[in-house]
Amino acid sequence: MEVKTEKRSALRVVSRRVRKVDGQAIVSGAPHYTMDMVPPGALYAKILRSPHAHARIKRIDKREALKIPGVHLVLTHEDVPRIPFTTAGQNFPEPSPYDTFMLDSKVRFVGDRVAVVVARDEATASRACEVIKVDYEILPAVFDPHEALQPGSPILHDEPDASGIFDATKNLAAHIHVEVGNVEEGFAKADLVFERTYSVHYVQHVSMEPHVCFAHLDENSRVVIVTATQVPFHVRRIVARVNQVPIARVRVIKPRIGGGFGGKQEIVLEDLCAHIALRTGRPVVMELTRQEEFFSTRTRHPQFVTMKTGVMRDGTIVANQMKVVANTGAYGAHALTVQSNTGSKTLPLYRSPNIRYIADVAYTNLPIAGAFRGYGAPQGYFALGSLMDEIAHELGMDPLELRRKNLVRPGDEDPIATKLGEGKEGFKRVIRTCGIEQCIEVAGKEFLKRKVKSIERPFERKRRAVGFALAMHGTGIAGDDMGGATIKVNDDGSFNLLVGATDLGTGSDTILAQMAAEVLGVDVADILVYSSDTDYTPFDVGAYASSTTYVSGTAVVRAAEKVRERLRDVAAHLLSEEPENIEFRDGFFIGPDDRRIHVKQAALKSFYGEQKQQIVESASFITFECPPPFSATFVEVEIDMDTGALRVIDAASAVDLGRAINPTLAEGQIIGSVAMAIGYALYEEMKFSPGGRMLNASLMDYKIPMAADLPDIKAYLVETDEPTGPFGVKSVGEICMDNVAPAIANAVFNATGVRLRELPFTPEKVLKALKEAGY
Amino acid sequence: MAMKVSLTINGESYAIDCRAGETLLEVLRRLGFKSVKRGCDTGNCGACTILLDNRPVASCIMLAAQAEGYNITTLEGLSASGEISHLQEAFINNGAPQCGFCTPGMLLVAKALLDTKPRPSRQDIRQALAGNICRCSGYVKIVDAIADASKKVEK
Repeated sequence: MEVKTEKRSALRVVSRRVRKVDGQAIVSGAPHYTMDMVPPGALYAKILRSPHAHARIKRIDKREALKIPGVHLVLTHEDVPRIPFTTAGQNFPEPSPYDTFMLDSKVRFVGDRVAVVVARDEATASRACEVIKVDYEILPAVFDPHEALQPGSPILHDEPDASGIFDATKNLAAHIHVEVGNVEEGFAKADLVFERTYSVHYVQHVSMEPHVCFAHLDENSRVVIVTATQVPFHVRRIVARVNQVPIARVRVIKPRIGGGFGGKQEIVLEDLCAHIALRTGRPVVMELTRQEEFFSTRTRHPQFVTMKTGVMRDGTIVANQMKVVANTGAYGAHALTVQSNTGSKTLPLYRSPNIRYIADVAYTNLPIAGAFRGYGAPQGYFALGSLMDEIAHELGMDPLELRRKNLVRPGDEDPIATKLGEGKEGFKRVIRTCGIEQCIEVAGKEFLKRKVKSIERPFERKRRAVGFALAMHGTGIAGDDMGGATIKVNDDGSFNLLVGATDLGTGSDTILAQMAAEVLGVDVADILVYSSDTDYTPFDVGAYASSTTYVSGTAVVRAAEKVRERLRDVAAHLLSEEPENIEFRDGFFIGPDDRRIHVKQAALKSFYGEQKQQIVESASFITFECPPPFSATFVEVEIDMDTGALRVIDAASAVDLGRAINPTLAEGQIIGSVAMAIGYALYEEMKFSPGGRMLNASLMDYKIPMAADLPDIKAYLVETDEPTGPFGVKSVGEICMDNVAPAIANAVFNATGVRLRELPFTPEKVLKALKEAGY
Repeated sequence: MAMKVSLTINGESYAIDCRAGETLLEVLRRLGFKSVKRGCDTGNCGACTILLDNRPVASCIMLAAQAEGYNITTLEGLSASGEISHLQEAFINNGAPQCGFCTPGMLLVAKALLDTKPRPSRQDIRQALAGNICRCSGYVKIVDAIADASKKVEK
């Protein structure tokens, strides 16, 4: 469902529900994922993982393993280069600490790399892992971020060669402190000051395709890595460095990916896999099991978020403070930047003259946190979106009215964008488009009419109520995200579109093709998309930060415009006219006398006319703007007062995404992220033993929302035509991860008067809270 | 220890050598039926779903030897003639696949459902998908696609 805008009629391909360019291949089961393309005879590499949360490796005896027929190689920290790096796939220089090694003499969580076995197949490699003898000196471990930051805690990163850690002696991976105005004066002036702490937990991406890659040497001894990654160019750079080979010797190819959600914005396997290929000269494959996927890849950062907000009696916010204590696990991948975003993505939603944001990111002996759809914002919004309702309740105000009083408006300058960018100072940001009111209207229309049934029937076992929350997000990383595009003309008027942008199932290949087709006046079928091969496609930072449509899309539009100019010259020559007298409309170059040359004819003539040439053009784009999308999400929940079971029985989310290039795909992003966020709010949770071992590392024990658990989630597209975006786009991929959990918490409060401040809302927790409230 | 297993895959007869303990998933992928995906190895995600005598089964928790004598359908079998079925067409038109990793399993479950219940309700469809995880879509467009395909069956 979409809100119509006038300009839509002028567009032929953009804003249309075009079929996915890879749709036919997907529904035919084409062998297009990494694991489907492994060359025959590839060796299998398996990682031996630490059973201890914190230990020093004193000795590794690999003799027994090497005796097993079919075992080619066992590598330990003694066998590989020791080069500190970060596994975070970020722009260079990465803002994450260099605290990781390909293999290390110390292990820092249960599941950490100890050694790698290379064998003829998976079964042999697994058997060899079992007979490697490792002597560990077990060290005391720490699992709670608050404890980890206390003096006397075991220190995780005592290695002298790590760098970029804020204070390794305090387990402090990163620390952020930003002030706008004077918060203390604001609190002093406020009629009421509210302070509440919320906590969010460990969850995993659970992309359906696990992390997988294979590597081999080509005929020129270059290492070719085929990998399920969101960041092929970062993989190339980082893998080259840690293996001490020039970037020119590394080629990274991203085939079709089975989902990423941020989990594949990370070098999880490629460093080792390339190392083995370089060392053995043999093709080698690594594929994680689902169990390994859970505890050895990346997670969302668990946080304790303490909000302190000062308001006047009329609801005006005069001071807003957010303090975060986050857990990055054993390594600091994205530690600084995720926690930067917890503040920078959330606090600008509501106007306040005085803002303070402080974050401490602690190392603990638990699995590694990293990038995960929302990138720190869902944690912050759980606190902010809940607190807004808490304040409204205390003031006796309608929660919508309280928000409207304080909401950001078009023309506002983002108060903290300049002070808090991607782990460093950022860039000035003015809000040019803001469709939050339309979002509330279209998503909330049905919900706001519904009465809270529990008020009428207090003795009923099942209670229902509606709740909502709002969000703004970002579009790319200011001054950082760059994407390139190349378009090559073919003689039938088809075009090769080469992009470094990384379709991970999001549909970016399709929407980038739509944009190129729109500019060039052809059909999507005439655009042949090839994405993410570091040898053949231009650079792109990759698929993260909700950047692709806006950043890579602008590059595509600019490249297409250059190609169209070149073809216009060809047409002008054919028409014996000056190029500037030629108009382009509906795929035709039209002269002043209405004589016309179709773009496909011009393409043909560019090869076989008088002025034979290959027209190929490139463009790239970097943004300093990052226009925020906005969203309103409404849910209706049903609570079983006897069991604490909580269900979302209806949900609708509207997003001001600037403009939808493909409404079907945009709705898919919204619905998918709402579903993922419902799982985050209600039941997904990584659980650990007292010794730090993950207890539920299987899909049997870690609950993902299934079709029968979810309502027909509704998605609404609000179009505001952002002036800085190609065709008016902003972004849509992450924002609905932000406001679902607080909407559910608010609905639970509306049904029961019980405030839940700790995710996830499992039946046990809900029941306990109900009992404590006297139910 | 190798053993011989005879079975039919997408209408063709096979006599396969397989190792003791080898799963049907491993054998199918080894034979080139790459649409059958490995997602969890515990029968929970549904990415490895195949039809065993037209019933959806998780091939990752079934030994190849147990498939002796059965008719197996993989997604490759749905478009064996080179043309995709109206069910597959409906998946594309409704924007059901995102990353596509769950799509083979979803399509086979949907086929089995529509074969036994040509006019399922949305709730029927959601129940039928109970063993298949999609992490991308929130299921709505998958349910839309199957409902859409069921209308075309009627005609």
